[in-house]
Amino acid sequence: MAVDLEKPSNFITTRLRQAVNWGRKYSLWPLPFGVACCAIEFMSTVSSYNDISRFGAELVRFSPRQSDLMIIAGTISYKQAPILKTIYEQMAEPKYVIAMGVCASSGGFYNNYSTLQGADRVIPVDIYVAGCPPTPENLLFALTQIQDKVEKEGFQPAAVRHANRAEA
Amino acid sequence: MSQKLVERLQQEFGSDILATGSQKGDESITVAPDKVQPVLTHLRDREGCEQLSDVIGVDYPEREKRFEVNYLMRSWRNNHRLIVKTDVQEGAAVPTATGIYHAADWHEREVYDLFGVRFEGHPDLRRILCHHQFEGHALRKDYEIERGQECTTPENLFSDEDLERAARRANNLVADLGGVADEIYPSDLLTVNLGPSHPATHGALRAEVLLDGETILESKTEIGYIHRCFEKEAEDHTWAEVMPYTDRLNYCSAMTNNSIYASAVEKMLGVEITPRAQAVRVIVSELGRIIDHLVCVCANLVDVGALTNYWYLYNVRESIYESLEKLCGSRLTTNYARIGGMSHDLYEGFEAEIREKMEELVKGANDVMNLVARNRIFLDRTVGVGVISQADALSFGFTGPCLRATGLAYDLRKHAPYWGYDQYDFDIPVGSTGDTHDRIMVRMAELVQSRSIVLQALDKLPDGPINIDDHSVILPPKEKVYGSIEGVMNQFKLIYEGIQVPAGEGYGFGEGANGELGFFCVSDGTGHAYRMKVRPPCFPIFSAFTHIIQGGMVPDAIATLGSLNIIAGELDR
Repeated sequence: MAVDLEKPSNFITTRLRQAVNWGRKYSLWPLPFGVACCAIEFMSTVSSYNDISRFGAELVRFSPRQSDLMIIAGTISYKQAPILKTIYEQMAEPKYVIAMGVCASSGGFYNNYSTLQGADRVIPVDIYVAGCPPTPENLLFALTQIQDKVEKEGFQPAAVRHANRAEA
Repeated sequence: MSQKLVERLQQEFGSDILATGSQKGDESITVAPDKVQPVLTHLRDREGCEQLSDVIGVDYPEREKRFEVNYLMRSWRNNHRLIVKTDVQEGAAVPTATGIYHAADWHEREVYDLFGVRFEGHPDLRRILCHHQFEGHALRKDYEIERGQECTTPENLFSDEDLERAARRANNLVADLGGVADEIYPSDLLTVNLGPSHPATHGALRAEVLLDGETILESKTEIGYIHRCFEKEAEDHTWAEVMPYTDRLNYCSAMTNNSIYASAVEKMLGVEITPRAQAVRVIVSELGRIIDHLVCVCANLVDVGALTNYWYLYNVRESIYESLEKLCGSRLTTNYARIGGMSHDLYEGFEAEIREKMEELVKGANDVMNLVARNRIFLDRTVGVGVISQADALSFGFTGPCLRATGLAYDLRKHAPYWGYDQYDFDIPVGSTGDTHDRIMVRMAELVQSRSIVLQALDKLPDGPINIDDHSVILPPKEKVYGSIEGVMNQFKLIYEGIQVPAGEGYGFGEGANGELGFFCVSDGTGHAYRMKVRPPCFPIFSAFTHIIQGGMVPDAIATLGSLNIIAGELDR
């Protein structure tokens, strides 16, 4: 964006794409796929002390149709996996996914018969957050990284962003 | 007390009692599978055993009768416990106890799911924790822990029969009310899934309900969505390594889980912890209880539309978390207790900080009570909603606040005191009708009692060491490890081989935030548990959910679910 400082006026010049992305970046609507311990820390992130609304993402939606950022908070079991996939597919493009905590990222220390070894075995993930569970600060950091992605990549649908993943 | 009970049973049943045993303060009797029903009925009707606490399977592949099924019986009136054992061979069945205790329903399904023991006459013997496409039985010794099996579709819970039954019920309902309506067909009914991903389910639970309008005609619940195999992991790790897993059972009160687990293993070892460690465990466990109740109440209030309270209560919790983070480096998953003591002592200034936070708690709780106590909407949404009678609650195996809400003053801290709880002055708050309102108010009253216990414990916190002086149980101090070969070897053996727990069985328990949290441990004398069964308080409570909500309205089901405080991590383990 640019402002003419010598002759101040009510106009700024920018590219439409940049202006739109700037707006989208600060209005992510998260869908908390809260299944375990991490969901409690997600609640902390939303509550007043950490206050996720400072980043414009306080409008927590439980309907996949209304949200564009899925936060997988907790362990995904094999039993849960088909449900996670269905809900992800119901989200409208462009959509982003944060795998919050080690369970969602890799199965964590639950290397056993019932735990899916990372949510990315079922759906593409954009950001992985370390921690068991991650602190609210950690989750907010992940959110800012998603914001950077939104600003840079614009309307790129998940399928395009994760094209390499599909080939691999 | 329990010894006499065994004698009386021997007189009654004579040679039907194949063996008796006594280990770590628990009496047990062994009977043949076909005698389980008469013995359990006798215990319920004549010996005042109101509760079947748990049904525990153990697999001994080398025995001829491979599986051992343990029924954990408990009487609060006579304050005794008894374990009824029966041995079953592969392919044989045990007659079901579902007709005697409601609690048997889910407990037996779990044993069937994880061990493959069939229960003759069980009305709905399906898998409960593993998914419906799972093959084999996960807790058998020959099932490898890492052998995952994919699940491709969720299970459909309602059969055509269920639909027809629900339609009949709807028609009867109309007839009972004297109304005239066209006949309701199964296809008129609406099937709705509450969960497993739903804002009001507080974790991965699923309740499928059949609706006529907003009335729930039929409901079925399904759990196991975050079955994380705690019990199999416990067999795979040393006794000390299991500690972090206990954090994640009830993740709202990890401190309480840690301490009770450590106590259970100490019971197996026959170790007595120091007075200071006892007091510290009381303090942190009560803080855990406070946090758990805060989360439960604030989330429950959000469910009934009272959002403001969420911020009031959550800020207190956040503030207590600050101290816990200072104490053990983590907010939620504390991993603070150790077998034989605690990981380390309290930090300087902990006492003053907690006293300050207890005042914040009073303020937060008062703010909330001012908002809801006489709030018409709140009362309309909770009074008389989700009622469960005392007899049903006992039969379903309720413990903790949900049982106390039905008017029964039963608290393990009073009835079987541990960590010196008998030296603290506190009351047991009870409700009267067992509805959602009672459950919330019992929790609010318990906040006050827990605060009082914390303050008393801080007042008389004894000096002295926090850990026992037995380095076959607790790690040696770092100076020794770095300074002497004996110290290095000691540390090495404890880490690699684990604490050597003598062979035997033991049931260690305590009052968790939701009720009786127990660990049934079987040791074969090595550094690993041979079998570890958690008795999670949520599990029996959630098994009653269908019973409570059937016939009510959907919004009432949501309010009820919140007040039962189902923590999925503990429910599914």
